[in-house]
Amino acid sequence: MTILIDNKAKVKESLQPKGFLRYFSFSLDHKVIGIQYLVCGFIFYLVGGTLASAIRIELISPLSDFLPRDVYNQVLTLHGTIMIFLWIVPVVNGAFGNYLIPFYVGARDMAFPRLNAVAFWLIPPSGLMLISSYFIEGAAQSGWTAYPPLSITTPQSGQIIWILSVLLLGGSSIFGGINFIVTILKLRRPGLKLMNLPMYCWAMLGTSILVVLSTPVLAGTLILLSFDIVAHTGFFNPALGGNVVVYQHLFWFYSHPAVYIMVLPAFGLVSEILPIHCRKPLFGYTTMVFSIMGIVVLGLVVWAHHMFTSGTPPWMRLFFTIATAFIAVPTGIKFFNWVATMWGGKISLNSAMLFSCGFIINFVFGGITGVALAQVPFDIHVHDTYFVVAHFHYIVYGGSVFVIFSSIYHWYPKVVGKLLNENLGYLHFALTFIGFNLCFAPQHWLGLNGMPRRVAEYDPQFQLVNQISSLGALFMAISTIPFLVNIFISIKKGAIAGNNPWNGLTPEWLTTSPPPVENWEGEAPLVREPYGYGKDYLS
Amino acid sequence: MLNKSYYLILIISIIIGISFWIGFNVNLLPDEASINAPIYDELFKILFIIGLILFIGMTALVIYSLFKFRKKEGEFGDGIALEGNLSLEIIWTVIPSIIVLFVGIYSYNIYDRMGGMNELNHNHETMNTNSEKIWAGISQANSINSDLDQTAIEVSAMQFAFLFNYPQGEFISGELHVPVDQKISIKMESKDVIHAFWIPEFRIKQDIIPGQPTILNFTPTKIGKYPIICAELCGPYHGGMRASIIVEDKSDYERWFNQNNKTNL
Amino acid sequence: MTILNSSDEIKKRSDDQIDHHEDYRIFGLIIFLIADGMTFAGFFAAYLTYKAVNPLPQGSVYELELAIPTLNTILLLISSATFHKAGKALFNQKNDISQKWLLITASLGITFLICQLFEYFNLPFGLTDNLFASTFYALTGFHGLHVTLGTLMILIISWQTRINGGRITYKNMFPLEAVELYWHFVDGIWVILFIILYLY
Ligand code: HEA
Ligand code: HEA
Ligand code: CUA
Ligand SMILES: [Cu+2]
Repeated sequence: MTILIDNKAKVKESLQPKGFLRYFSFSLDHKVIGIQYLVCGFIFYLVGGTLASAIRIELISPLSDFLPRDVYNQVLTLHGTIMIFLWIVPVVNGAFGNYLIPFYVGARDMAFPRLNAVAFWLIPPSGLMLISSYFIEGAAQSGWTAYPPLSITTPQSGQIIWILSVLLLGGSSIFGGINFIVTILKLRRPGLKLMNLPMYCWAMLGTSILVVLSTPVLAGTLILLSFDIVAHTGFFNPALGGNVVVYQHLFWFYSHPAVYIMVLPAFGLVSEILPIHCRKPLFGYTTMVFSIMGIVVLGLVVWAHHMFTSGTPPWMRLFFTIATAFIAVPTGIKFFNWVATMWGGKISLNSAMLFSCGFIINFVFGGITGVALAQVPFDIHVHDTYFVVAHFHYIVYGGSVFVIFSSIYHWYPKVVGKLLNENLGYLHFALTFIGFNLCFAPQHWLGLNGMPRRVAEYDPQFQLVNQISSLGALFMAISTIPFLVNIFISIKKGAIAGNNPWNGLTPEWLTTSPPPVENWEGEAPLVREPYGYGKDYLS
Repeated sequence: MLNKSYYLILIISIIIGISFWIGFNVNLLPDEASINAPIYDELFKILFIIGLILFIGMTALVIYSLFKFRKKEGEFGDGIALEGNLSLEIIWTVIPSIIVLFVGIYSYNIYDRMGGMNELNHNHETMNTNSEKIWAGISQANSINSDLDQTAIEVSAMQFAFLFNYPQGEFISGELHVPVDQKISIKMESKDVIHAFWIPEFRIKQDIIPGQPTILNFTPTKIGKYPIICAELCGPYHGGMRASIIVEDKSDYERWFNQNNKTNL
Repeated sequence: MTILNSSDEIKKRSDDQIDHHEDYRIFGLIIFLIADGMTFAGFFAAYLTYKAVNPLPQGSVYELELAIPTLNTILLLISSATFHKAGKALFNQKNDISQKWLLITASLGITFLICQLFEYFNLPFGLTDNLFASTFYALTGFHGLHVTLGTLMILIISWQTRINGGRITYKNMFPLEAVELYWHFVDGIWVILFIILYLY
């Protein structure tokens, strides 16, 4: 048996542009595609962050004065959609998945390089399309959840473009998911067992299963919604006999798993980063694998916790309360294992490690508010308030975005061959961590005390706390400056990293930095113990 | 060895102590103005304390390991090659499961006391007459004098206002007046998009869904004026869509009621 | 047990390498079909919920005729068998026979579509009449789209199985196998759809 490589693709690859230009071309190399995902995602992050800044500026004063009211709704819809579908999902899955998975399974590329490139190239046009809708007749303004009948009655062009681009992005994510499942299960180097794989592979396997099972349901739902808008059918239009709650069930059947699509790969990345910088094996590999699969299974049956006030019957609320709260168990296993990984290690506290630890702290906080939200009687009061906004920013920003930064600090030397500046990294971390907590911690109080979400105006007694929150957002905006400076300066001036600056054992470190087109000059190494730190044969 | 577990117990009790102290002394919630509110706040306190214990505990662990297990200057080599520990894994599977189960059962109990498990349709006399299907909402048990006279009010929501219809009085008001200490039952219907009816001081919320009438029962316990907030994005003026609920003495309420009734007849 | 290491070797082996790809390309297709099946599952779930909670219109108008759909079910089931025959023939290197079976399959697919359109034109309700009508058309229409796509692909591969110069041979069965799998999938969905929509 041989390692299967799509050779046809490889032969074509020699015709591809070399050097810097290849990042702007229809490349089939998984590493190039990974970087394309990352850079493209980061640009959209800046756009989404600019929109978030607009939200926070509007909320400095209780009046609706900075943005017109409907523009505010468009801004928050675009902010949510861009951050989720164009930043977190493509980056934690597409970018790191494409870059790392072939290394981890010992292959020279993904299973379907062409499909892979198509999946990436669906993203920029649909993102641009989404943003351009703002300049046509105004973007969608019914929130990223697009609940009908509001989404049916607001201006149509924006909503239709929103649907189209989310459909395309969903397609991209399904293609990516298929590719990851096949690569992980079928392209493994001979001799490499599933239980020898680095944890990120397991996380991506779980995530891809969720993508394949849930994204199509969103696609179907949005197709029905677009029928309602364009053809005046009545699936979700009560005026025509439709049922709006059915939309919510179908939407959350996708969008709850989507939150694990945003965070499971991040869990995987942390599991790669911690052992290297703590110089210890990943604690409890097997339980980690089972907890990922546990989250996948549970994640598919908890969606109605977003609908506790939507008129769901009591038995349904109770079932979903229990199921949701139980996700804390497999998730908790992962967190305790990470702490145990740090315990007794020889930790180097560099930027990557700082962001990973920041992630653990923030995510535990967001997870605990999540478990509180899962309790029906608790949620009835805080549903659709800033408490929920605070919960999910603790998780998506304090969780996934922190991990993305951590991963960039960790893998930058591999991708570029240069080290990043640690001092700028510390500055970046300090600004982000302080700004983040300053921005989102006070929002819990706002929610509990009566400020609903998605409002451009609020009661005057909330002004001070909102201003603190906006100040935090300012810190976060500033924090991107040292990061970007660091990235750009280090490309030219950074210290040479060498092939394995962190002395890692996972396969991507066992090749040159940056890696050659076929990933290894010679044979792909067989790594049976990706986390064998502290064992004798290491020298 | 004994020394170590002694310290462990000490630290855990300090964390628990701090959490309890914060849980009992920091109030993050608005006024309590309905019989649901104290029940809710009881749940909140428990969740807050458990959450604090877990959060402070985890944070302390992370920060402690960062200091304790830092690589020293010029030090090389790896940590201990410890790959797992079955009894530890079992401990941290079982303890969270117990916590989660406890929280779940406890909040079921709270929900039941709030009346969430009650049959809805029987609570609302005026609504039994029409046979249309009523969707869920929060009902209420243990109300102070539930059988005596409950006030039934119909709420209709539209972009961007609430209207309150008093069936016995045949008039419509933009303000919700209710007598204190009496069970109120409202039936809500939306004319256009989804809205939500939220009174933070009462700790209750229910979506108002077009095509699916919902019911909400509550008993105000404190005289005063509280905001009614629309909590579901319903269009540009969603943030401005609010009304007030005025809880007053029974005599005041009746005066108000008769005044309106007369002018509208 | 070798691992390719030099690019010369890669080029040398590239031709017969491609042949060994079926294994995971089919696997990828299966995953895709699961995803596609989930889209239908969403539609079915919506339909069943509507049926359970929203009173659907009563009356003889909405009693669906069973004749055409039953015929259509039989057509599709037969077409699955004929497709299977085509695969077998190709495996035995009988391209001409395979091509014949494929054409028969395609014509069965086309007949199915014609019957479906005939049914559409004779139904007493239109797309936007009510919830039931809309879901009916959405479900059958989405499935019809799959049949249309499948039929087109069958026509393409039947052209590709021609004896001289066709790309699909017993050595390169993948396209035929892939379309066959897809076709069986579309048939299976129809059977479920038939049961849920017409019989249940
Ligand atoms: C990456 C994204 C992400 C993740 C991972 C999560 C994780 C969780 N979420 Fe969150 N959530 C969102 C993103 C996310 N969420 C978003 C975007 C929304 C709003 C959507 C919208 O309306 O726009 C939302 C909304 C939301 C709601 C609806 C609120 C409402 O609208 O009223 C609920 C309710 O149950 C909820 C619960 C949870 C729970 C229980 C978890 C759990 O998975 C968390 C588990 C983790 C832990 C518990 C911490 C670690 C564990 C331990 C240290 C062990 C010990 C702990 C215990 C025993 C408790 N979330
Ligand atoms: C998924 C990821 C994600 C991320 C990373 C963020 C990041 C941020 N979000 Fe996000 N947010 C959501 C997902 C996310 N959000 C979702 C899903 C919603 C719900 C939407 C809905 O209700 O439908 C939401 C809603 C939401 C609200 C509530 C709006 C409302 O309900 O009215 C607020 C308010 O404070 C907010 C703030 C912020 C802030 C300050 C950041 C900051 O962390 C952002 C920090 C980044 C920057 C500040 C960028 C810095 C760069 C520049 C400023 C330079 C610009 C330069 C160039 C363009 C060259 N968000
Ligand atoms: Cu009505 Cu928001
Ligand atoms: Cu959820």
